[in-house]
Parts: sequence; structure tokens; C-alpha cells
Amino acid sequence: MQVTQSSVGRKIIMAVTGAMLIAFICVHLLGNLSVFAGSAAINAYAQKLHSLGPVVWIFRLVMLGVFAIHIIFGIQLTIENKAATPDKNVQIKRLKTGFAAETMVVSGLVLLAFVVYHLLHFTVRVTNPEIYVPIEGGHGMVDVFVMVTQGFQQLFAVLLYVIGMGFLFLHVSHGFQSMFQTYGLSNDRTLPVMVNVSKLVGVVLLAGYASIPLLIILGIVR
Amino acid sequence: MKLKLHVWRQKGPNAPGKMETYDADHVSPDQSFLEMLDEVNEVLVKEGKDPIAFDHDCREGICGMCSQVINGVPHGGQDRTTVCQLHMRSFKDGDEIFIEPWKARAFPVIKDLAVDRGAYDRIIQAGGYTSCHTGGVSDGNAILIGKDAADYAMDAAECIGCGACAASCPNSSAMLFTSAKVAQLAVLPQGAVEAKRRVNAMLEEAQACGFGNCTNHYECQAACPKGINVKFIAKLNREYIKALLP
Repeated sequence: MQVTQSSVGRKIIMAVTGAMLIAFICVHLLGNLSVFAGSAAINAYAQKLHSLGPVVWIFRLVMLGVFAIHIIFGIQLTIENKAATPDKNVQIKRLKTGFAAETMVVSGLVLLAFVVYHLLHFTVRVTNPEIYVPIEGGHGMVDVFVMVTQGFQQLFAVLLYVIGMGFLFLHVSHGFQSMFQTYGLSNDRTLPVMVNVSKLVGVVLLAGYASIPLLIILGIVR
Repeated sequence: MKLKLHVWRQKGPNAPGKMETYDADHVSPDQSFLEMLDEVNEVLVKEGKDPIAFDHDCREGICGMCSQVINGVPHGGQDRTTVCQLHMRSFKDGDEIFIEPWKARAFPVIKDLAVDRGAYDRIIQAGGYTSCHTGGVSDGNAILIGKDAADYAMDAAECIGCGACAASCPNSSAMLFTSAKVAQLAVLPQGAVEAKRRVNAMLEEAQACGFGNCTNHYECQAACPKGINVKFIAKLNREYIKALLP
């Protein structure tokens, strides 16, 4: 049986693409945090990325592919899993699993919607025309610091970002430890530790990402 | 003590089922859960009604026949306890108890609480064995096995194939059952020879039976009356990856 059809094969595909997505959001977070270092730092970071030219586009296409594979297999596996239990028990009491693990497809789809909004907001730049100001001597490049600090003056946008990151926390808090189990890298001693590490990774990502809109709207970063 | 039982009644595989309520008025705390049901059935038979069908055999917690979802948990949720070893002293006078069969597409209901668990047999038939040549019996200790491997295999071999792992799984996945046999045999020299073929064959059969995919809820380990650890699922995943490599 092909890996793309096998139960465990697709689980491994989910784990590999999940690992790439987690790696991406970690690097993306580090880049974003340069907003705290001021206008010059984040604009220099943005310019550096732009100067890479085609490399950026290759990277974007690869990430898009990885994201699409993760979503398609995730939905396919969820449909199969629902079909495996056509009639449920009247009473169901779960002993071990939790909200995050049981709602992976929901948090995943919310994150997809969030990513679409985020790309329109800060990458394609169509949602808020007033915040896209050209930078001086930047050959038409937008001032990223102004875009971010102005963009997060709006309570609605801040709420969407913080809620979106809440779902990222849910998704990662189950997904991170799940990845190690799927690779066969956990045992009875490491698994309980990884379950907690996984929640910690989720909290760090949530705190890191949510800190940007929150500190901006609170006027601490300007 | 007096109990109110809500029991899943279903006349046959294709008949619609529903919960029905029975009173158990003379329950002794010393009875096992199955003995309590036996008494309820005696009353039903005397009244000329159809007794509640349920699976049972050894009644000492080692055969894997008893299979009831009690108050939403396979085997009732007491740590490492099968239904037959669950005693009425764990309940209080006046309790309402919900008794249902395993629910999974791969475990069709035969009648009431009895389900067809042939799917687990088919998974074993697909690869849960070691091939050996017929002929003279080999010496008992001709193949030396380290204590670690022997203990590990024994822990996996504790599985009694009751089906609680798939019944407790939100995805109805049989991964814990499959992994216990894959891990048990892969770690022993007699079984390691066929490890690659085995892991693929058993996984394909589990899928063909209609079980879902494992998404690491770990609900199976919590429900398992033998405490089979999900580390065996990690081992199965390793065996699957090894089988992919040339």
C-alpha cells in the first residue's frame, strides 16, 4: 500500500508537514519580534527578505504546498475517522484525551481562515489601504513598521489575531507531542514529558505572537 | 442496593436499537457486574421477556470476551479492570448505570451488548504470527532472548483482544491492539524475521476492516483493562518506517 493511502503513512505525512509548519512559525515569530527593536530593524528584516527575490517565491510555494498537504490529509483522515464510528454511544466519557486533541480539524480550519486573513492584511495588503505607506527611498516598498503599528491600532484586527493565536495554541499543544509519537520517538517515560513540553511550546508561540498586537494597541510599542 | 439500568437493546445486526430501562432491586455489593446482569436476566426470563444478550466467558479477567461500555467508558473505567472483574461495590444505592455495546463500524452489533469482534481475528490472521518449519522440535533455549526483550514482549502480549481500545478511541482506531502484536513479535528474534511484512499486512487489514486512524488521543491506554501502553504504537510507527526503508 502506498504511503499516501496507508493509515500510518499519512500520519507520518501529517507529522512531517506539521514539523515544517512549526519550524516556519518559529522562524516567522523571531522575524516578527524585530518589531520591538523599532522601525529600522523590522524594515531592514523586510528588505533583506525582499532582496532574496526568487528564493522567497520558491520558499513561499514550498510552504504553500506543505500547508496544502497538511490540510488535505488532515481533512481526509478526519472524514475516515468519523466514518469509522457511524453510531456513537449514548453516554461517552473520555478518560485521557482533551479538547485540543478532539478539535484538531476545527482549530486547523480556523487557522486556515486566519492565514487567509493574515495574508490579505499584511502580505497582499488589501484589507486596510490606509496603513500601507511607502518607505522613504525604498523603491515603492511599504513601511512595515508603520503597517504593523497602524494595523494593530484597530481593536477588531487585534482581536482576530489574538483569537487566531489561541487556536494556534490549541493546535500545537496537541500536535507537537503527537509528532514525536508518530515518528516513534516517544516511550512511556518521555511521552508524559512531551505532553507538557507540547503545551509549553503552544504557550510560547501564543505569548510571542499575541504580544505584538497587544503591546501595540496598549501603546507600549509605538 | 437498588439500581436503575439503561441498557442498549437491539434485536439483530440490522434492527434499530434503543436504550431501555430496567430496575435491579436486589443487588449485592459483592456481586460482579455480570452476576448483577445475570439476576436481571433471570427476572426477564421469568416475565417471559427476552434476556439481555452479552458476551462473557472466563469471568476472571483474562479472556477478553466481556465487552460493555458502562457509563460511557469501555469496561467501566476502573483501572485495569474488565467488566467481569468490576464489582457492584463500586456503585452506590440508587445509581443509574448506562450499559451499551462497543460502537464501531468494524464491530457490528450481533444482539444487544454482543458485538462481532471478528475484525481483530482478521488483523491477527494478516500477520500476527511467526512462520516456522514443521519437523523436529527445536531446543527450548537454542535462541537466547535478553531479559529486556522478553519483558517488553510479555508486556505487549498481555493484550487480551477485548476491543476496548477501538471502542474507547474517538476515531475507532485499532492501533493499540495492532501495535501490541507488532511490537511483541518484532522485538523477539523469531518474529523479527517477518517484521516488515507483518506491520504492513496488519495495518492494511485494520484499514480494510473499517477501523479509523490513530491521532494520538491515548484514550486506548486509559481504557485498556490490561494497561497496554501507547509506547507500542510508537514502536509500530518505527516498524512501519523501517519497513519503508530498503
